[in-house]
Amino acid sequence: MLLIHCPFCKNRNETEFVYGGPVGANRPDPNLVSDEEWVDYLTMVPNPMGPVYERWWHARGCDQWFIICRDTVTHEILENPSEEP
Amino acid sequence: MKNLNRLESGGRIDRSKSLSFSFNGKLYYGFEGDTLASAMLANGLHVIARSFKYHRPRGIIGSGVEDPASLIELLEEEASGNNLCTNVKLKEGLKAKSINCWPSVDFDVGAVVQYFAKFVPAGFYYKTFKWPTWHLFEPFIRRAAGLASAPKEPPKKGHFESRNAHTDFLIIGAGPAGLLATLMAARSGAKVFLVDQNTEAGGSLLSLKLNINQKPAMAWVESAVKEIANMSNVTHLQDSTAWAYREHNLVIINEREVENVSIIERSWRVRAKNIIIATGAIERSLVFPNNDRPGVMLASAVLTFVNRYSVKPGDNMVLFTNNDSVYSYIKDLKTAGINILAIVDSRKHIASAVLAEAQNVRVVLNSIIRNVNGYKKVNSVVVQSLVDKELETIPCDLLAHSGGWNPVVHLHSQSRGTIKFNDRIASFVPDQFIQNSISIGACNGTFTLNEIFNETKSLLCGVSAHSKPLVYEGKLECSKQSYSIEALWSIDLSKEKNKAFFDIQNDVTHDDIQLALTEGYSNIEHVKRYTTGGMGFDQGKTGNVNIIGMVAKEQGIDLDDVGTTTFRSPFIPVSFGSINGVREGSVVLPFRHTPITKWNLENGAFMYEAGARWRRPGYFPIGGESFQQAVNRECHAVRTGVGVYDGSPLGKFELKGENVGEFLDLIYTNIISSLEPGNGRYGLMLTDDGLIFDDGVAFRIDKHRWFISTSSGHSDAVYQHMLKILAFDHPEWDVKITNITNQWNNATICGPLARKLLKKLETDIAYDNGSFPFMTFREGHIADIPARIIRVSFTGELSFEINVSPRNMLVLWERIIEEGTEFGILPVGSEASHVLRVEKGFLSLGHEVDGTVDPYDLGMDWLMSKKKLDYIGKRSVHLRRSLGKVRKELVGLLPNNPNDAIPEGAPITPDGKKVATEGFTTACVWSVVNERWVGLALLENGHNRHGEEACVRMKDEIIRAKITKPVFHDSDGKLLRS
Ligand SMILES: [Zn+2]
Repeated sequence: MLLIHCPFCKNRNETEFVYGGPVGANRPDPNLVSDEEWVDYLTMVPNPMGPVYERWWHARGCDQWFIICRDTVTHEILENPSEEP
Repeated sequence: MKNLNRLESGGRIDRSKSLSFSFNGKLYYGFEGDTLASAMLANGLHVIARSFKYHRPRGIIGSGVEDPASLIELLEEEASGNNLCTNVKLKEGLKAKSINCWPSVDFDVGAVVQYFAKFVPAGFYYKTFKWPTWHLFEPFIRRAAGLASAPKEPPKKGHFESRNAHTDFLIIGAGPAGLLATLMAARSGAKVFLVDQNTEAGGSLLSLKLNINQKPAMAWVESAVKEIANMSNVTHLQDSTAWAYREHNLVIINEREVENVSIIERSWRVRAKNIIIATGAIERSLVFPNNDRPGVMLASAVLTFVNRYSVKPGDNMVLFTNNDSVYSYIKDLKTAGINILAIVDSRKHIASAVLAEAQNVRVVLNSIIRNVNGYKKVNSVVVQSLVDKELETIPCDLLAHSGGWNPVVHLHSQSRGTIKFNDRIASFVPDQFIQNSISIGACNGTFTLNEIFNETKSLLCGVSAHSKPLVYEGKLECSKQSYSIEALWSIDLSKEKNKAFFDIQNDVTHDDIQLALTEGYSNIEHVKRYTTGGMGFDQGKTGNVNIIGMVAKEQGIDLDDVGTTTFRSPFIPVSFGSINGVREGSVVLPFRHTPITKWNLENGAFMYEAGARWRRPGYFPIGGESFQQAVNRECHAVRTGVGVYDGSPLGKFELKGENVGEFLDLIYTNIISSLEPGNGRYGLMLTDDGLIFDDGVAFRIDKHRWFISTSSGHSDAVYQHMLKILAFDHPEWDVKITNITNQWNNATICGPLARKLLKKLETDIAYDNGSFPFMTFREGHIADIPARIIRVSFTGELSFEINVSPRNMLVLWERIIEEGTEFGILPVGSEASHVLRVEKGFLSLGHEVDGTVDPYDLGMDWLMSKKKLDYIGKRSVHLRRSLGKVRKELVGLLPNNPNDAIPEGAPITPDGKKVATEGFTTACVWSVVNERWVGLALLENGHNRHGEEACVRMKDEIIRAKITKPVFHDSDGKLLRS
């Protein structure tokens, strides 16, 4: 069970949160992209072994959505990740 | 009381406290301090269980968690399924029985299986029971290969409990390493948690008679325990096993002896800044034919039974080893009066100091055990020289063996730390640490007391969770010990007829491993799955490294290259009760109720769960009414008079802010932002991959204030969806969402007489159609209660949804029923509501909306805005439709015979042939207005097939039905707008 840092409530147990998937590309304007680009946006999400930015929702807490950077191998949540998502 | 095999004196048992217990219905006696296993051995019980696959008689092999065989079932007050008798603390009146045998453990019919063993090789289930279906064989196999039965009833006395704790140091294991670490951490003032799975602290020192500072080592243990008992910063738990090491230094502990007698077991979830693993080592088996016979035991277990429990497991003993550890036991075993006939050592040479410890016992070097004779008890062993292959039979009743020691790296491995093979001890030791933990002592591959203390002192210097450094001032001089080993994964078993077990718990033999390798299952994870070696409750504690060694040897590679299988939690079997804690029965997942549940029950409602844990009335039968009669009566009231429905579980949200209009236009398929205050619209929400997500209504209160409702089952998902969009896609928008699902309840009055009833209730709202039209809302009072009244309809009739605060819901409800009596009002349950919506062809999530359909399929083209450039799901719906594939579309079904009901989900096939389906029924109800069965279906190309015939393919018949528009009542919607 992860210990997740909510920006509002600080460290809380994973059971209070809902996972929102890794952070992929921003939603493009659907009228400005090709079919392939649109399908890529929907289906191609990062899935690395190592650090990945991901979304979590503090469902049984303050209702905040936020982003953390978690190492998928060690589960370490990096406090000062090198680059922004 | 006199026990057959109990020594005259010694041991850590209290001979003044005699305890009675029963095993398979017979009464026996033991002492306080015994485990069930030591008491059984003291009473001369040898056959405890029957083996999993071959039903071979099995006895006690280990003395603790490592035992792979002695599973029993506890009965009555202590009722619980699979327990190792080596792990069960003896209590007065304890009742236990054998498992996996019938009619008795001594005479087991299932034992005939072993004579057919060649027909049940490894992978047998995978190969044989594939055709026609596994389910045909499953019941037979389950009966044959059973473990204990689960208790039929929950425990009568007490309950389970869970606790959370946070600490600077969690130290797992109270052996010499763990105790020294505890003293060092505790003396620094840090918060310390010490857990140990034994009944008392000491670890290996409970069995080995060693000295510390010229005094018995247990004196040092006792003084350490006494010191920490007086420290307020230390929590010390015995009889407690750390069974899982999870992410972010969370360890789960199962505490079995709780100070409060009303607590059966307690589960601790401990988050620690630092974790010190000091879990010791487990003795490894040697692999030789019939190494599972009762009377063949691990050497360390024999020593433990002698020294700790004062029990003599046999009179005439042979030892078999490949390492030094058994030599240090000779003195104690001889003192206990055991006649040691020989030490059979597979090594060519041993150190002279080690040999000296044998004290004139015959040592047979360069030899192995070739076979064990005796079925229910060892009666002799066959020793073979590795030089001239000469055989010698030695009569004996006990064979103790040691294949070396496996550090207990389970928790380290669960923490995702890596392990490596160490040649010096011929086993795996921790390598890299991933989380904040260290391993010390035997679990780190350090076996002698002096080295353990030195290692603990030096490794703990580097750890600082607290401001003070950790030091140990004071001397620790220990007895001299030495350890060396030459790996022996198995004796040579080529052409061997007898079974030699690698994994005793799962009956995995040498032949099974060979078969797996021969058939190409050479990866260790495949060997595990193919043979089941290393699975089950003991998770291969005594045997797994031998399997890895064997696979390495057969393939000519290093053990490091073979690697280990994953060490999984739980480390020991843990009861479900302990995992659940207080979450039993109705509090596991509590039901959600509306304020009128009590009224519903008092009025005869048949209640059930209707999505999202809402407990709702299905229907209200009167007298001996059938389901259908009650539902028909309720439908009839709504269609001809008036009914009232509790709509409180609907998801309800209030949205505020300057950008709510834009936001709603993004999440709904139609335009919402153009609504005038007081008005509302029905809308569909899609996901961005173009599937229908939810439907509901949205109303505008004023310029920047709105409310929406969602289906009951999806309200949490919709809430999550909305907040996610605002957080990540449009953080710049000013939209605030409040979940008001539980703040507003509603009573929905529906039926042609609804308006008459409302006028009877004191109200300041005008209800005529001109001033209060369909899809608008009004705020005011009704029956002196502040209310928001919304004109929406899910039944197709004139309908008013009266929203009030929960505290007023019951009062309102009772007033409505009271005033409605003259109009024949009836409460309407979910079943009638379902019938009414099917008659209207209104969609229901989970019926017509199944995650494959889009709004066009449902004939809701009018909801897909053409004006809006973008809304969630638009691009994907049109992209998918542009592929031009045949779609399943919503249609109505009228069975040719009006009395034919079509089961929900029934397939529709072309001409009713037994071929691929072209659709399925989503709902079918008895229509009160049409006096016949009517159905809805999703059918390929259905919109173009009105008037044709559909064939519902049942098992033995075909139900023919006319395809129609999906609406059977008031098709132009006059009534709901009336
Ligand atoms: Zn929070």
